[in-house]
Amino acid sequence: MIGGRLALALAPGLLTDLTAGRKVVVVSATNGKTTTTRLISAALRHQGGVATNAYGANMPAGHAAALVDEIGAEYAVLECDEKYLPGILEQTRPGVAVLMNLSRDQMDRAAELRLLADRWREALAHSGVHVVANCDDPLVAWAASSAESVTWTACGQYWREDSWSCPRCGGPVDYAVRDERVEGVRQPSPGTWSPDGAGWACRECGFARPEPEWRLDGDRVVAPDGGSYELSLRLPGRANRSNAAIALVVCACLGLALEPALARFAEITSVAGRYLTVEDGRRSMRLLLAKNPAGWLEAFDVLRPAPSPVAVSINARGPDGTDTSWLWDVDYRALRGRPVYAMGERRLDLAVRLEAAGVDFEVVQNVGDLSSDRIDVIANYTAFQEIRRYVG
Amino acid sequence: MSVNTSNELRLIWVYPDLLSTYGDQGNVIMLARRAQLRGIAAEVVPVRSDEPVPTGGDVYLLGGGEDRPQVLAARRLRADGGLARAAEAGAVLFGVCAGYQLLGEEFAGEEGQPVAGLGLLDIRSERGEQRAVGEVAAQLDPDIAGEMVEGGAPAVRSLTGFENHQGLTRRGPGVRPLARTLTGIGNGDGTDGAYHDHFIGTYLHGPVLARNPALADHLLTLVVGHSLPPVASWADRLHQERLNAVLAGKTRPVCKVQADAEPTGTRRHRHHAPGTCTTSPR
Repeated sequence: MIGGRLALALAPGLLTDLTAGRKVVVVSATNGKTTTTRLISAALRHQGGVATNAYGANMPAGHAAALVDEIGAEYAVLECDEKYLPGILEQTRPGVAVLMNLSRDQMDRAAELRLLADRWREALAHSGVHVVANCDDPLVAWAASSAESVTWTACGQYWREDSWSCPRCGGPVDYAVRDERVEGVRQPSPGTWSPDGAGWACRECGFARPEPEWRLDGDRVVAPDGGSYELSLRLPGRANRSNAAIALVVCACLGLALEPALARFAEITSVAGRYLTVEDGRRSMRLLLAKNPAGWLEAFDVLRPAPSPVAVSINARGPDGTDTSWLWDVDYRALRGRPVYAMGERRLDLAVRLEAAGVDFEVVQNVGDLSSDRIDVIANYTAFQEIRRYVG
Repeated sequence: MSVNTSNELRLIWVYPDLLSTYGDQGNVIMLARRAQLRGIAAEVVPVRSDEPVPTGGDVYLLGGGEDRPQVLAARRLRADGGLARAAEAGAVLFGVCAGYQLLGEEFAGEEGQPVAGLGLLDIRSERGEQRAVGEVAAQLDPDIAGEMVEGGAPAVRSLTGFENHQGLTRRGPGVRPLARTLTGIGNGDGTDGAYHDHFIGTYLHGPVLARNPALADHLLTLVVGHSLPPVASWADRLHQERLNAVLAGKTRPVCKVQADAEPTGTRRHRHHAPGTCTTSPR
């Protein structure tokens, strides 16, 4: 990494040189980019050498380091921080760009989401890159629809709080399927929702969900020709099914045989420590990472059902975002009816939030204080790393 | 005071589709919860920007928003007129960040152009040169803090929260500053927020009412017209912990504002005078 940073300072055109002659795939999103990068890399390793930033070092220094590490590899699969995507597209000229979702995340250091989507859109407009994009996220659809060629994939987007207003004109966006997530709140009248079918559309300018060529349907990915592929993932939850669906479409775009790719996907059991079960001698803990409200929605989806206990650990250091306001965008009512522990440097922020959500909880110092012997632990970035260090 | 004749408190969450950037739901939830803890039934009514703003609410909450949604929200609120009618009827208005700016006479749009606000607070906002991001600690204006004490809420005179904006706000003679900043930027002149009558605004965004339960209780007191019994909650502990952490200088540059320095409200962009700010190590 430090080597990568130094190298970039000495040779600003380095990424262009390092990717010349390689088949490059760039993956960007708010959530799921590390896992999707891992899935695509796993499938490509079957074909040849792969350079990839597997551990989430997703800015240019991390890209340079990964490319140097595997200097002879035919493929490069690069996870890219959302803000850096325009620059990376220009410097690495990827064959495929994979865009999955955009939602509020670390707002104390991130650009405004709409601005980010606009920058993606501009960068994609004349890039010549083939885009594989999730058509279920209006911000992604807006960004990707400027590209010359797009394979639209419907892989779901449960988080909607950043897309009630049209990214093109600001008009109201109607969704076909309503949900009941807003806490303590009466839902909008049914008249404001489109009556049937899948998708979303702006009521004013008509900007609507692009028709998908590929789609995720439960545990299966349905191809344009109607054929379908079963995902037999060991990674849990619908978010990972979404990641695998879009990774499979990338494999198809690269001309790979899909059955072997699926077999590679199925071998993966954890990604950078996520979903790993660890023991500290007194208890067994399954580690889940959730860094932002959309990520929490997906973490709830993989929790063992109540009354199975849950510990939550929240920090607010630089890499986490120093603003804990996002806790109020998570609907913690999902944790009712089970033992819940609040931990981390910002456990009081969490305590106020849980109390307001009507969740019974206990505030503890660290995982050593947990009185359950089998527990799911959800943590944000540095809290997650701390727990991994604690269990060694 | 308001046109709501039922016993239930109606909390109108104005335009969550445009003005809900980061934790704004927190203010709605806290207000409802603190009412319910006093045995006052409370209903939260989110009103999307394609719906008319009902006039029968007791409290109207306006959250933070990005530039373009803020401009759209101002345009739609002006065209709709419901919020202005509710304000005239005596409803309590609480705006944070973009919601605070648009209660004023004018604010800056996407390109920095002046955009007409709702004209309910005598403030004008423009775009500063740099973003103000970080924890804020401030001392409440003595007048409003005094009302809080009279209202039966705990004798809290401080305000804490998180700001993330690029606005500079000048106050006219028709408002008082909500608080005097101890750390952070706020309005940009050593104060944060503004209030007049039942209209209150602050740059402290998202769950500012969760961080400052006394302010939440103050809004409720304005509606019910009498003092509320104190309630125990984790929010009091959080308030104190954050205040201590921020004043210990752990999280951001500390600007010492002299107690006797009366901000004029006409100074522009006076972020920190040299020598009065120190950046603490993280």
